[in-house]
Amino acid sequence: MSDIKKIKDDYFNKLNNDLNIESLNQIKTELFGKNGKISNSFKKLGSLPNDERKKFASDLNSIKNELQDKINSKLQEIETKEINSKLENEKVDVTLPEREFSRGKIHPVSQVIDEISSIFSEIGFSVEEGPDIENEHYNFTALNTPDNHPARDMHDTFYIDNNKELLLRTHTSPVQVRTMLNGKPPFKIIAPGRTYRSDSDQTHSPMFHQVEGLHIDKDINMGHLKGCLNYFIKSFFEVDKIKMRFRPSHFPFTEPSAEVDIGYEIKDGKIVIGEGDKWLEILGCGMVHPNVLKNVKVNPDKYQGYAFGIGIDRLGMLKYGINDLRAFFETDYRWLNHFGFDPLDVPSNYRGLSR
Amino acid sequence: MKFTIGWLKEHLDTQKKDNELIEKLTDIGLEVESFENLSSGLDSFKVAKIINAEQHPNADRLRICDVDIGLDDTVKVVCGAPNAKKDLLTVYAGPGSIIPKNNMKLSVSKIRGVTSYGMLCSESELNLSNESEGITELTTSKYSDKIGKNFFKSNTEKVVDLSITPNRPDCLGVRGIARDLAAAGVGKLKKISTKNIKKNGSQKIKVSITKDKNQGCTVFGSCLIEGVTNKESPQWLKEKIISLGQKPISAVVDITNYVMLDLNRPLHAYDADKIDKEIIVRNSKKGETFEALDNKEYKLDDDMCVISDKSGVLGLGGIIGGTRSGTEINTKNILLESAYFIPRSIRKTSKLLNIDTDAKFRFERGIDPQSIELGLSKAAELISEICGGKISNFDIQQTDKHEKNKIKFNVSLFEKITGFKVNDNETIKILTDLGFEVSKEKFKLDLKIPTWRPDITQPIDIVEEIVRIKGYENIETLQPEKTKIKDTLNAQQKLFHFLQRSVASKGYFETVTWSFTDSKINKLFRENLKEIKIVNPISSDLDVLRNSIFTNLTFYLKKNLDRGFKDISLFEIGPIFKGSKPGEQSTIIGAIKSGKVSRLNWNEKDRIVDVFDVKKDVIQTLVEAGYDRQSFFVRDKSPSYYHPGKSGSVYLDKDEIDPVAYFGEIHPNILKKLDIKTEGLVGFEIYIDYLREHKTKLKDLKTNFEYSDYQKSERDFAFVVDKNFKAQDLIEIISSIDKNLIRSIKIFDIYEGENIPEDKKSIALNVTIQSSEKTLEESDLEKINKLIISTVETKSGAKIRS
Repeated sequence: MSDIKKIKDDYFNKLNNDLNIESLNQIKTELFGKNGKISNSFKKLGSLPNDERKKFASDLNSIKNELQDKINSKLQEIETKEINSKLENEKVDVTLPEREFSRGKIHPVSQVIDEISSIFSEIGFSVEEGPDIENEHYNFTALNTPDNHPARDMHDTFYIDNNKELLLRTHTSPVQVRTMLNGKPPFKIIAPGRTYRSDSDQTHSPMFHQVEGLHIDKDINMGHLKGCLNYFIKSFFEVDKIKMRFRPSHFPFTEPSAEVDIGYEIKDGKIVIGEGDKWLEILGCGMVHPNVLKNVKVNPDKYQGYAFGIGIDRLGMLKYGINDLRAFFETDYRWLNHFGFDPLDVPSNYRGLSR
Repeated sequence: MKFTIGWLKEHLDTQKKDNELIEKLTDIGLEVESFENLSSGLDSFKVAKIINAEQHPNADRLRICDVDIGLDDTVKVVCGAPNAKKDLLTVYAGPGSIIPKNNMKLSVSKIRGVTSYGMLCSESELNLSNESEGITELTTSKYSDKIGKNFFKSNTEKVVDLSITPNRPDCLGVRGIARDLAAAGVGKLKKISTKNIKKNGSQKIKVSITKDKNQGCTVFGSCLIEGVTNKESPQWLKEKIISLGQKPISAVVDITNYVMLDLNRPLHAYDADKIDKEIIVRNSKKGETFEALDNKEYKLDDDMCVISDKSGVLGLGGIIGGTRSGTEINTKNILLESAYFIPRSIRKTSKLLNIDTDAKFRFERGIDPQSIELGLSKAAELISEICGGKISNFDIQQTDKHEKNKIKFNVSLFEKITGFKVNDNETIKILTDLGFEVSKEKFKLDLKIPTWRPDITQPIDIVEEIVRIKGYENIETLQPEKTKIKDTLNAQQKLFHFLQRSVASKGYFETVTWSFTDSKINKLFRENLKEIKIVNPISSDLDVLRNSIFTNLTFYLKKNLDRGFKDISLFEIGPIFKGSKPGEQSTIIGAIKSGKVSRLNWNEKDRIVDVFDVKKDVIQTLVEAGYDRQSFFVRDKSPSYYHPGKSGSVYLDKDEIDPVAYFGEIHPNILKKLDIKTEGLVGFEIYIDYLREHKTKLKDLKTNFEYSDYQKSERDFAFVVDKNFKAQDLIEIISSIDKNLIRSIKIFDIYEGENIPEDKKSIALNVTIQSSEKTLEESDLEKINKLIISTVETKSGAKIRS
């Protein structure tokens, strides 16, 4: 017994020294090789008397296990040390720039259209579209603006033919006409899109964007119109309260008609929407004129409802502090980068309209 | 429409403060554009005296004047007026003043080398009269002790400017505004005071309205005033005219203007002695000409409503008078016209001749046909008061009585439209105050519409009248209901939004450019499409609708290159136009990319953008949108604006007729023509309209989940093929050998050069083989191996490279 105890103690001592992999292998051979010390001790088992043999075998086995465990842990220790010293040499400067990535942007007009669609989707509106080139019937006449109507002068129209029958739509309202002609009431739609007027200065661009809204059903009245727009404006500007004013106005295709102002104030040179004592006109609306309903084969004695038109670019300017309308369409890379949105920022109800 | 509060109060009896009136105007639909002090900005006009005037060294007609403006030092003013002499008392405007006539802002400026501090003003520049020959001469007796004082009396009168919607001609006169305010409860409309003017004898000039088809005049009232002395208007009248930003001319003209502004009743005064015998209101004949008061000669077409005499056309009825019969300061006898012209006729004529006058603006919107006599009385009274003269009886010719229209108004309609109630008595009061004649039946009101309200034709118009006077704030705000009639977006719209963000996520900046463009650039990208001209473009370089999105993208790319950007990725999603009819347009994504990839990057080598960059973007975008890469087919055909050898088109399927996308390098000639300087320019176009709707919905696709756990094997091959043999064909040949076993094919090398014949190339590819039924044995693999080689060799003429 003392022999094997001595072997154990000797080798534990050896194993506690600094070793490399070769000397560890050497130790392994010395202990467990063909003529190793532990192997040889096992050979002795047969020559021992029965009563000693059992105990010796048990002791030897436990010493063998202890030594093997010790060797294994030593082996791990050596390997870890070697890997560590190798990694030490592989160190890079992680403060060097990452590989190049490119980040795209969504134009603010598109983002605002998505915001608007998301808001109206929540209250049951669907999205309709119409062509950019319209005939004068859809753009004017069907909208209760006959040729001799002075309101036509307020639309500086681009014409495509000399007879003034084909034109670039001056508003998104013709989509109302097309939608109603192609379907049956009820209607609950918005129609965002490009619109054109021959006008150009700081606040006018020959092309701009509007969103049309239309809700026709049996009992839709001005209270619904007010509620719908109130909900929209609050949601769009992401405020809890909004000061809003409905003012009588005139559009040939609605009666009664209104213009809507929202309250604002200037704080530190920036426009703050919602409160304040100044008014800002942001949209036109009204109850769809019975003449328009008749023109699109909807019975005005049975159906009624509202329509509205909002300038999309202007909404975007107000919400995101953009000063010059013309910059929207000038494709200045710096402007697009600054005012553009990350493509993953999809406005939605559950994630919120904007970050 | 401008008016002063003072003038308003001539019609409205009210105790309300100005601000309350202003607020009320907006509340009832008469939008206030501005409300300001009349004399604001006029304080910089001073009474001044010329101390010395000497010849300008560099200009014969100019003088340099030393002007005393009441300060210690005189100021130097360069003046071109012949009457600018020593000791003259005149009006001086300092730098910063705004000249009333043309709204020009003065600044210190050098005139022919001599600095001039301000200006000496003529009466015309001050809107005092038409006198523009020399500078204003002030009388010594009145002004010699006022040097340096303000020339204009400080006026606390406030001017309101309203934006009147086209449906409200009645509010183009001060009285109409007063009536609306009275109905809204802020005062009482005063009665019009007409003195009983003395009328003697009949109107001696015969008037007739011909029975032409589409006769534009239905009533022509007139009166003759003989023996007048036309003169400058009295101060009160001048001030009224000036307060509204107009210029006094002579008493007769000012009076007609005053009546127009007061009652929206346009009048015209003729010099009766210049009328040849009689007045005939008739339709013009093509080719007739006349000289109008704007000093232009107009050539008339058929059927324009003209006022004429025996010698020819005197004026265009309701639009503009002629020089031949105009009143002058020495006019003795006046024929005063008060007529009704049909709006449609006015609009048609003025559009054809391109004339815009105040009268036209009013008649076009509709003048009260019942105001003929009132207008004549008011004007005749004032003329005889100011200019003297003998007034004839009124002569009224009319072909239409213009009786009041009637409407039956069902009172329940109001609540149905507005959602709130107004009781009948209040309704009746509002309508009565607005001038309606109301009689009440059971649930209906019988209404006679005032003739000054041509906009009111049906019951819904009555609803608007009541609700605007009652106030929109009474409309209740109802919670929006969330019921949906159909999906928010249809399939095509979903695709639009998906593709838009998919392309942006690949590093492209979205832009929005105009739908129109420069025909010179457009023609480079037009291909076979029709050029669609805009008849009245905003400028000559935006004269056509775009046939391609690349027109504007390349234009703006150049601008950004010029700003110093090099690596630019831009895209736009929007319409291109194929024809001039509604609907002849397509929705396209166009994208371009310039410069290099990995420019100045420490660990990647930079390279110029190439066709495979954009091919990747196109294919990835389509795959992300749910189209199957395996069925895509690429051809090397593309529009002529792409590099013929480095571009192609993508088809969703080999059998499709229309490609869904083009991609490639932009043709070098285009870069040259547009003077675009960049290392490389590539682009792609996706035709959204050609992308078909997915037949299977995702929820059905996902349920079908199949996979194989058996071992995969990979084999590499290299085939030597003709140089122009297409890799796509090779892949198709191999993949169709056994669709169940051949899972993927990757091309990992293309080689030309040593050991390969000159007209050949080597394509090296890696094929993954996997069964879904068993683990393939070596013999199975060997079999498929051989099959691949033999099939490729027979079908393509390729040789396996050993």
